[in-house]
Amino acid sequence: RSCRSGSRSEWTTVPSSPAKVTWLCCDFSTMSAKLNALTSDSYIEVSQYRDQHFKGNRYEQEKLLKQSNTLYVGNLSFYTTEEQVHELFSKCGDVKRIIIGLDKIKKTACGFCFVEYYTRGDAENAMRFVNGTRLDDRIIRTDWDAGFKEGRQYGRGKSGGQVRDEYRQDYDPARGGYGKLAQQHRSTERPNSF
Amino acid sequence: MSRRRHSDENDGGQAHKRRRTSEPIEIEDRLESLICRVGEKSTSSLESNLEGLAGVLEADLPNYKNKILRILCSVARLLPEKLTVYTTLVGLLNARNYNFGGEFVEAMIRQLKETLKNNLYIEAVYLVRFLSDLVNCHVIAAPSMVVMFENFVSVTQEEDVPQVRSDWFVYVVLSCLPWVGKELYEKKDVEMDRLLSQIEGYLKRRVKTHVPMLQVWTAEKPHPQEEYLDCLWAQIQKLKKDRWQERHILRPYIAFDSVLCEALQHNLPPFTPPGHMPDAQYPIPRVIFRMFDYTDAPEGPVMPGSHSAERFVIEENLHCIIKTHWKERKTCAAQLLSYPGKNKIPLNYHIVEVIFGELFQLPLPPHLDVMYTTLLIELCKLQPGSLPQVLAQATEMLYMRLDTMNTTCIDRFINWFSHHLSNFQFRWSWDDWADCLTLDLEKPKPKFVKEVLEKSMRLSYHQRIVDIVPPTFSALIPAEPIFSYKYGDESGTSLPGYPVSITVSNAIKNRATNEEILAILKEVPNPNQEDDDDEGETFNPLKIDVFLQTLLHLAAKSFSHSFSALGKFHEILKNLTESDDGKLHILKVVYEVWRNHPQMIAVLVDKMIRTQIVDCAAVANWLFSQDMAHEFTRLFIWEILHSTIRKMNKHVQKIQKELEEAKDKLEKQQHKRVRDSGDDEDMEKNSEEDEEGQLEEQIERLQEKVESAQSEQKNLFLVIFQRFIMLLTEHLVRCETGSVDISTPWYKNCIERLQQVFLMHHGTIQQYMGTLENLLFTAELDHHILAVYQQFCALQL
Repeated sequence: RSCRSGSRSEWTTVPSSPAKVTWLCCDFSTMSAKLNALTSDSYIEVSQYRDQHFKGNRYEQEKLLKQSNTLYVGNLSFYTTEEQVHELFSKCGDVKRIIIGLDKIKKTACGFCFVEYYTRGDAENAMRFVNGTRLDDRIIRTDWDAGFKEGRQYGRGKSGGQVRDEYRQDYDPARGGYGKLAQQHRSTERPNSF
Repeated sequence: MSRRRHSDENDGGQAHKRRRTSEPIEIEDRLESLICRVGEKSTSSLESNLEGLAGVLEADLPNYKNKILRILCSVARLLPEKLTVYTTLVGLLNARNYNFGGEFVEAMIRQLKETLKNNLYIEAVYLVRFLSDLVNCHVIAAPSMVVMFENFVSVTQEEDVPQVRSDWFVYVVLSCLPWVGKELYEKKDVEMDRLLSQIEGYLKRRVKTHVPMLQVWTAEKPHPQEEYLDCLWAQIQKLKKDRWQERHILRPYIAFDSVLCEALQHNLPPFTPPGHMPDAQYPIPRVIFRMFDYTDAPEGPVMPGSHSAERFVIEENLHCIIKTHWKERKTCAAQLLSYPGKNKIPLNYHIVEVIFGELFQLPLPPHLDVMYTTLLIELCKLQPGSLPQVLAQATEMLYMRLDTMNTTCIDRFINWFSHHLSNFQFRWSWDDWADCLTLDLEKPKPKFVKEVLEKSMRLSYHQRIVDIVPPTFSALIPAEPIFSYKYGDESGTSLPGYPVSITVSNAIKNRATNEEILAILKEVPNPNQEDDDDEGETFNPLKIDVFLQTLLHLAAKSFSHSFSALGKFHEILKNLTESDDGKLHILKVVYEVWRNHPQMIAVLVDKMIRTQIVDCAAVANWLFSQDMAHEFTRLFIWEILHSTIRKMNKHVQKIQKELEEAKDKLEKQQHKRVRDSGDDEDMEKNSEEDEEGQLEEQIERLQEKVESAQSEQKNLFLVIFQRFIMLLTEHLVRCETGSVDISTPWYKNCIERLQQVFLMHHGTIQQYMGTLENLLFTAELDHHILAVYQQFCALQL
């Protein structure tokens, strides 16, 4: 299977796990069953994404994801500030810190960030109530993150920004216009007019 | 209730996980799924689905009886909005298998006892309601249900119990009557009349001091904000007058009447309500939120009146749906919009009213505020042609009634509206609200708009706000959130601290050590000291001013920069703020430099508390100080105060938890020792004793820590309440001597903020009631202030 490293837009498939069996409690003393169908909480589930640069194995990464208080936030405008992120995510609880994602070369915001809460419960609420809503007029996406480590605040695309901005074909004024590859093509296509 | 993932690409849901068909599906899983899903949208009718399911379950009874019993008990407790679907199912099972019916009733009674023991009063209501509807399904004999109700109502005769206890038992009985009133009256009308008469007597003598504190609006018009039991009583009275004809509830059992009436009924075992326990937490009273009546829904079905049983049932069901699905907003919205019987009622209006009812509920909403915002957005997505209009209509109505709206509710309205707008490009017909421009800025309407614009700016940026409002609204636009550096401009150069501010600034830029900077700061003259008598480290406000202004100015770029600065120079800041005066002054300086950026003030104060540069009491004193009097009615002040109280509470809880854990550990250790005694060699015994000794020491230390934290917490509340009392008394006395009306906008804000402290932290404050009553809320207090305290006490009486 192909997997471009570190990109959120190309899901790497999680290795197949053993068939998930739901055991209802067989204890006679319990009055009622904990019904899986009723305790659905799908918004807080861990996604298929795994960080290719994670130092450790898949099991370790998954464990961290399941206990993490940190969220990755994607599809931000390059102009979205820490203040705006703080205001929005504070609606789910006290925010411990925010790390704005930066272009590796330019050191300017490149459209993602990490939000760390003091408690997992607050982060879960952000997954339920902030994920998929708008910030700076853009639908933002949140996902569990294994935890911030120095270096992870930089985009991993060749041009310094995020990988998703390398290859996309659309024009997005809040994310530097055309994708980097498309920009190159455009600049080579333009006739020299002197 | 499927495990559907939310795979819509347009908003952040989870990718759809296809169920592997090769997986063996456990029988229990299937049973659970079948039972939970009955009643959902299907190609077959509900009746045929129920018939089919009853057949399947009957066949599975020999092998899976206990599983089925437990699943049915669960849905009774967790899916109250589908009550009648499941009572019908149980009815059908009982008709086919009398013993099973009996066992189910017994299991339900056991479950009821458990829920009451565990303070799960809301779920207990659902269980009793389920039992009462089983009368309609010929599972339970009506007379035995009446006996249970009689036992419940007899609680009103108990002496020396909290009113909220007997309230609950009365509420349970009344709330079942829309479902089962008709049947019970047909069988036992004399007993029922007696029951209702007893209830009426109780309701008349109930104390209702708490009501004003829980009302969203103080005005009686256009809709009275009724106490919940009063409203329910009126609804039941009307239902009785209508001879218990109730047409809204979906009753699948009617279609099965011929089968069900052949069934043998069971008698409920005699149920004595459990006695009152001191640690019981009964639900606190509520006020019923009303914002719509039939005149508001212009076309289509008529909205049932506020005193109709239908209104009660609809609202109950909608509340139940939210309670079941709040974690999954798409499902929640879909379930709300597919409410059975929706074609006969203006469903959008009911939904909006119920949601705002929860959002504005006092003391606290049942769920996190932001849940309601995103739920309303989902609803708008699913019904784009109708719901947004109802929502806009509701917003308009809420705006019109701001003058009498409780301040706490206005806060929530501000937060909701600004967040909502930020999801819709801030589109709003601001000109419709031009009336607020002619009013004094402290009046509720312009104040509301101002705060909304401020919050909207926080979610966007200053120029955006300038762009979205008409130019006539310019007075309400927030200030640009920029730093105010006193040493920065021309006039700053003549200030006494200016020279040192330059030196400090350069030192910081050149990465000087803390010692070097402290040495520089020593040169700052102390305006408080008259001669140079060296009293050591006396409080020097100018020192704090110079250092902090300069530091924060250098770090003004973002929150992270400022936090980093606070962290780097933590030592110096701790040094400067050793005294209470120092702590107060640092807060003053933070306000001075960031007065146009309240959001920054809030996050800096938060950081300074967490890093112990200031303590909670200092923040409280600062907020109530004369210097902040001109900001006293602004929302950010109260957000800081409540955030501070919450931090204090969490701190206490954290240490208490550590103490509990240590105690548990010791207990386990001691059990282990007793268990293993006699087996061990001497060496192991010694190390075990050592470990225990260490634990005991740790517990002692933690005990001290808890006591110290609780003392700090109590002190914080004392400071806050003391300040409120001072301010309010001052105002009341001044008005009295000047023969002026006390009800200024400032007063309304202040007295409701006092209420807000009680309401938002009522759980924590309960433990300090004795001290509060003895020290602060004594009989000598002005009755306006004392009334707030008495209303608060009435919440758990």
